[in-house]
Amino acid sequence: MLRRGWRGLGSHGRSPQTHRMTVTKTKRLLTSNPIFRRGLQVGLLCLMVFAFLGAGDESRFNSLGHRLMCVCSCNQVLLECNHVGCTYSDRMRGELVAGLDRGENDDLTLQGFVQKYGPTVMAAPTTTGFNRVAWVMPFLALVLGLLSTVFIVLAWRKRPALAAPGAVLPVSGADLERFRTQARKDTEV
Amino acid sequence: MSQIGSFALLLALALSAYSFLAGALALAWPGPTSERLGETARRAGIATFALVFLAAVVLVTSAFQDDFSIAYLYHHSNRDLPAPYKFATLWSGQEGSLLFWSLLLAAYGLVLRLRHKTDARLFAYASAIIAAVQIFFLLLLNFAAHPFALMTGSLPTDGAGLNPLLQYPEMVIHPPMLYLGYVGFTVPFAFALGALIMRYPGEKWIRITRRWTMVTWAFLTCGVFLGAHWAYSVLGWGGYWGWDPVENASLMPWLTGTAFLHSVMMQEKRGMLKMWNMWLIFATFWLAILGTFLTRSGIISSVHAFAQSSIGGWFKWFLLITLVAFTFFFFKNKSHLRSEHKLESLISRESSFLFNNLLLLLACFTVLWGTWFPLISEYVQGNKVTVGPPFYNKVAIPVALLLLLLTAVGPLLAWRKTSLESLKRNFRGPALGALALGILMMVFGVRPWNDIAYFYALMAAMLAALVALTVTSEFIRGGRVISRHTGQSLLASMVHLWHRNTRRYGGYIVHFGVAVVVIGILGTPFNQDREKEMGYGDKMTIGPYTLVCESYTQDDSPNYSNEWAIINVFKGDRQITTMYPERRFYKASQQPQTLPRIRSTIKEDLYLTYEGLNETTGRPIIKAHLNPLVMWIWVGVLIMIGGTVLALIPSAAPVRVRAPARIETAPAGAGD
Repeated sequence: MLRRGWRGLGSHGRSPQTHRMTVTKTKRLLTSNPIFRRGLQVGLLCLMVFAFLGAGDESRFNSLGHRLMCVCSCNQVLLECNHVGCTYSDRMRGELVAGLDRGENDDLTLQGFVQKYGPTVMAAPTTTGFNRVAWVMPFLALVLGLLSTVFIVLAWRKRPALAAPGAVLPVSGADLERFRTQARKDTEV
Repeated sequence: MSQIGSFALLLALALSAYSFLAGALALAWPGPTSERLGETARRAGIATFALVFLAAVVLVTSAFQDDFSIAYLYHHSNRDLPAPYKFATLWSGQEGSLLFWSLLLAAYGLVLRLRHKTDARLFAYASAIIAAVQIFFLLLLNFAAHPFALMTGSLPTDGAGLNPLLQYPEMVIHPPMLYLGYVGFTVPFAFALGALIMRYPGEKWIRITRRWTMVTWAFLTCGVFLGAHWAYSVLGWGGYWGWDPVENASLMPWLTGTAFLHSVMMQEKRGMLKMWNMWLIFATFWLAILGTFLTRSGIISSVHAFAQSSIGGWFKWFLLITLVAFTFFFFKNKSHLRSEHKLESLISRESSFLFNNLLLLLACFTVLWGTWFPLISEYVQGNKVTVGPPFYNKVAIPVALLLLLLTAVGPLLAWRKTSLESLKRNFRGPALGALALGILMMVFGVRPWNDIAYFYALMAAMLAALVALTVTSEFIRGGRVISRHTGQSLLASMVHLWHRNTRRYGGYIVHFGVAVVVIGILGTPFNQDREKEMGYGDKMTIGPYTLVCESYTQDDSPNYSNEWAIINVFKGDRQITTMYPERRFYKASQQPQTLPRIRSTIKEDLYLTYEGLNETTGRPIIKAHLNPLVMWIWVGVLIMIGGTVLALIPSAAPVRVRAPARIETAPAGAGD
């Protein structure tokens, strides 16, 4: 069934002659182009690596602890607070462990911290309400920047050449000096 | 003594005001009389340096004499403070650091004014602009943050002491480096603005300021990374970069300064991006001032905010005035900044610089946005939010990876146009090498599908390898050409190659250093840490190391009392070292401080902190971090600085050839 499907897909909409030509082309590509062959081998190797190596368990405590701030005003991530005599971080870590032991999911655990310590306990803005703006702006800037750059590049490329071929224009002293300077700059090592 | 300092600052203000006004008048109405007036303005600028220097000497001398009648010294020093930190008192607090800033600006101004014969008129403009900036700092020093303000009431017998975090050897060199960088960007800015106002013909001003910019950039790089090293060695949380507002403040001008260093080459070589460069150098200068405003005004809380006060208003006005003045001159003379050439191909050095600038600016915007968002949120929602490492890691890392890709590809692109064929030919080897490294990393356990951090680490490793291999292949290819002609060894040929174009190949070494730094950073996702209460003979294992507590004790010195543990470190059965993590309690300031101990190797850092005593058991709590590859960061920075120094050395003079010679094919991207 699968083979039939594959065969059907491979020959869909093509004449037998075109199909033969494509197969020959592919064979030639596989046998004669070493870069393509090597690329294919590397790709296969990557696939094998992905297929045979399994994924490990992630530490939820570590992950959540790095998404929270210590509230002792040390401005450090909860799991990195080493404030001598800090009265908050140990207690907060304990609360985090307790939340995980209760089987709460990540959102519920974090929500508990926000309710108790306020929104500044989260190490990064949430993705709700106005806080979304924090995340959107850098990507918006990227898109605008890319568009502007593309626009600039296109505008520069469309800019007319200095003089039409064959049309020799008289060059004044100041322009001549400018051209000389440019020629020196372009040819210096 | 304090009166001498106060008087020196007041006179310095008067002289810098004269330097600015007389300089501006002489430039506005040129003539024989105005030349003499301009000369007096230049000399007034030089005298400003002498007076600010005198004020700084007075403050340092008073610190050594324990003159606690000066309020600044009372708050930042004490009798038992070691001599190097008494010297460092100059930049340990707000008033002192503003004086230090003013001193550095005056020193830069001095060098500029002494070298005025290079181009008298352009230098006169730059001198007047520097004097204007100097007026702002001297106004602050005289009227808002006076370093010689006196204590009121009965005189204290001892000072309140220096912040313990600042009592570390690196604090003696980190702030000066950072300030040299911050203040230094005033000089290229002053030249750029001067060139804009006078509609300076050509790009000579860029050649004049090239060394200033590179030296300044090197200082700022040193300052930023020394700060990171200081945080790593002193703050004791096992990391070196926490995206703190003060760290961000130093990173922003570094990013725009790096963009300027690249794009200015386009103006120099191709007469393009003139308007852009004006804004870029202005933004760099402006961000350096904005950084000071952020950290000194107290509007944004920071773990580094050692001094906060009400000088924010002064900075706001200064930032506004500079923005208005620059915008006015820009629009007045922008017709002078038209581009001379068009972009001939998308695959060219020019377009790579454009995208490099876009990404650096985007990174800067992200950092600025993240730093300001808590305030914006408070204004809009009525409550502050925290913008910490998770935000920056998600947003800034992809940008950094793209930048790294451009760093790898850029050197392979030639000015004007590069053929796809030559790009493929030169890129194939490094790309295959990077791919091989990626596969090896996955085979050895880096599973990018497990954690996004591993994915970033893998990409960063591959791209860093790509940069390193591209740079190496450029050196080898160029070296081989020279070797064929001269018969020199490949190494000697590569040195010869560098000497022929120091700026280009010095720049490549800087890129190589960046790749090494990135390799160091990508160790972060593999950090491990353990914490344990350790009595006599107790053991803790972390990675390949076994830590055994031999003893723990207490000590006392005039400046502080301390508790510390003696930890023997074993690798297998062999003892490799003994470490002494410590906690101090500074008497004058009544503040505690953790002092980590670090054993660095090329593979990993073993980082121990003494967290404190368990009051019930009386035993110390030791925290151990195992941070892979951290040393690579510091080595990478040294390579970056070395590359900058090599780029600063003048290239060998081109050899004049009488007979026509066959031209050898140059490596891709030839010509800087």
